[in-house]
Amino acid sequence: MAKLVVNQAKIGNIQELISICPFGALEEKNGEVQINAACKMCKLCVKKGPAGAVEYVEDESESLIDKSLWKGITVYVDHIDGAIHPVTYELIGKAKELAEKINHPVYAVMIGNNVASQCHELLHYGVDKVFVYDDQKLARFKIEPYTSVFEDFVNNIKPTAILVGATPVGRQLAPRLAARLKTGLTADCTKLEINENTDLVQIRPAFGGNIMAQILTPNKRPQMSTVRYKVMDAPERNEDESGVIINCQISSDKLDCNVDVLDIIPKEKEQFIEASDVLVVAGRGIKKEEDLTMLQELADLLGGQIACTRPMAEAGWLEVKRQVGLSGRTVRPRLIITCGVSGSIQFVAGMNNSEQIIAINNDENAQIFKTAHYGLVGDLYEIIPALIEQIKAGRKVVL
Amino acid sequence: MNILVCIKQVPETNKVEVDQVTGVLKRNGVESKMNPYDLYAIETALRIREQKGGTISVITMGPPQAESVVKEAFSMGADKGILISDRRFGGADVLATSYTISQGIKESGSFDLILCGKQTTDGDTAQVGPEISEWLNIPSISNVSRIVEIQDDAIVVEMDMTQDLELARVGFPCLLAVDKDIFMPRLPSYVKRQETKNREVQVMTFNDLDDKNEKHYGLSGSPTQVQRIFPPSVNSHREMWNGTGTELTDKLLNKLRELKFV
Repeated sequence: MAKLVVNQAKIGNIQELISICPFGALEEKNGEVQINAACKMCKLCVKKGPAGAVEYVEDESESLIDKSLWKGITVYVDHIDGAIHPVTYELIGKAKELAEKINHPVYAVMIGNNVASQCHELLHYGVDKVFVYDDQKLARFKIEPYTSVFEDFVNNIKPTAILVGATPVGRQLAPRLAARLKTGLTADCTKLEINENTDLVQIRPAFGGNIMAQILTPNKRPQMSTVRYKVMDAPERNEDESGVIINCQISSDKLDCNVDVLDIIPKEKEQFIEASDVLVVAGRGIKKEEDLTMLQELADLLGGQIACTRPMAEAGWLEVKRQVGLSGRTVRPRLIITCGVSGSIQFVAGMNNSEQIIAINNDENAQIFKTAHYGLVGDLYEIIPALIEQIKAGRKVVL
Repeated sequence: MNILVCIKQVPETNKVEVDQVTGVLKRNGVESKMNPYDLYAIETALRIREQKGGTISVITMGPPQAESVVKEAFSMGADKGILISDRRFGGADVLATSYTISQGIKESGSFDLILCGKQTTDGDTAQVGPEISEWLNIPSISNVSRIVEIQDDAIVVEMDMTQDLELARVGFPCLLAVDKDIFMPRLPSYVKRQETKNREVQVMTFNDLDDKNEKHYGLSGSPTQVQRIFPPSVNSHREMWNGTGTELTDKLLNKLRELKFV
C-alpha cells in the first residue's frame, strides 16, 4: 500500500510543514506531525517540505498486469430504440485515431432489441467489428441487464479501452460496469490520447472547469472514459460498408432485473435560455419586431433559443425571461451569436462566460467586439438571411 | 421505511487556483459546505418519510471536519448520521470511494432506499452513486426527476432521459440519484439544530469495516491516478472580420461547421 511516512526528526519547523498542506491534512499532536483523513495524497508535503520529512513509500509487491493481453478500442453504441446518438460516431472517430497509434482494432458494442438493421450504419464509419446483443429483454435501457451484457463482452473480447458517451444512459452504465470490472473510469474527458504502452491519457476539467487534470489507469484494464456530445470529431461517412457484424448470445437469466419501464413520456421543449446550448441574441440593431422571426429561424436551425437585450424586453418584443444581462438572466451557452447588440457592461456581465461568442454589428467600435471571439463588422440583414439559406441548403445535401 | 442519504462536504467555491510554478492546487482557507445537490436528496428522503414514516440516516466520507454536513442534515430532519473517516482512505478515486462507502453502508444496517444527489460540485463525475449500487448489488436509477408513487415493495419514479421521460418501477432495495429541483430543499431549522446539538455522529474507521485489505482503499484501491493538474487554456482569442456580406456569411458558416453547430 502506498503511503506517506512522517520522519519527525527531519521536520524542523512544524508549523511551516503544516502550512504546506492545502487540505489541512497535517496536524500537530503532542509535538509530532500527523496526517489525518483529509489527505488527498497530493504529495505536496513530500515535494515542498524539508528533505525527507515526509516520504512517499510505495508497496513493491504490487503485481503488474500484462497489457498485451488487452486489445482493441471499444465504443458503446448509445441509442434509444435503435436511433443512434451522434456522440457514438464522434467516439468512433476518436477510437480510430487512438487505435491507429497502437495498431489495435476498433470495436462497437450495441445492446438492444430489433437493432439488426441499425447496427449496419456503424459499418460506414470504419469500425472493424460490431458486437450486437439483441434480445427482447434488452428493449430500453435497464442498468442490471445492460451491465451483465457489457461485462460478457469485456470478458470475451478483452478490449484495452472503452469509450462511452456521457448521455443519461452512458452516465449510469459506465460507472456500473467499471465497478463490476473493478477498473478505473474517468468522467467527461475533453481530450484523449494514448501512450505506446496502451495507457490512455485522459484529460478532464475538475473543480467546475477551473482546473484540468490528466489521468491514467496505469495498472488496470480495460480503461474506461466517458465523453460528452460535441467534444470529439465524427469521421466522414463512407459510401461502402467495411468491417463485420458479430451476433452475440447471452443466457436469458442474466437479463432479469428488478426494474420495469412502465411508460415513455415525450418531453416538452425546454424553454429556459439558461439551459440552452446555443443562443441567438436580438439587440437594438433589429429594426422591426417582425424581423425577430429571422433570428428565431436561425436559433431553430442551430438547435438553440432566441434571447434579447434589455431594450428589446422593455419594448415587449420578447418576454422578460429571455433577457440576458445583470437585470436579466446569466447565461453560459456553448455558442452565443449576438445580432445588433452594442455590448453594454450590464449585458456583457450576463454572458461573458459563454464558450464561443460571435458578434455581428455594423459599428466597428461597438463595445461587444471587446468580448467577442469572432467579431463580424457588417449588416446583420445581409448576413443572417444568407446564413439561414446556406444552412438549409447544406442540410438538403446531407439528407 | 429505512432510508439512507449519501452526502459529501465540498469546498465553498469552485474558484481554486493552480500555482503556476509547482502545478499544485491552492486551496488555503477555502470554506466548506454541503454539496448543494445533496440537499435535494435529503429533501426527497424527508418527503418520503412524511408519507410513509421510517428513519432517515445520512452517510458521508471525509476528514473529521465533514461531521458538520451530517449535523446540517440533522437540522433539516435526518435521524442518524455516519461519518466514514480514516487517513487510509486518502487519495481515493471513484472506485475506491464507492467501495469504501458501500462497506460503510453494509456495517450501518439494511436500507430499503438509498438516495444520492445528481453529482458533487467538486468531483463532478456523477459516478459514485451508480458504483455504490453495483457494490451493493441493487438496482439503481439516475436522473430521477419525480417520485410518482411509493408502493410497499417498490417505488415508481420518472427518469429524465433528455429526449423523453421514462416511468420506471424499481423494487426495494434500490438506489436513486435525484435531479436538482426534484423538490425545493427546506432550510435547516434552528429548533432542530438546537435539539440535535448533542446528537452523536457515528464515526466509522478502517477497523470498523468488514474488508480489512488495505489495498482496496485510498490511493492503493484507486485504479486511476492523477498525473498532473494544470490551468485550462483560456479562450482569449479575438478575431475581427471585415468584408462584404457574402464573405462574412461564408466565414461565419465555416466557423459554425468547424465548431460543429452546423
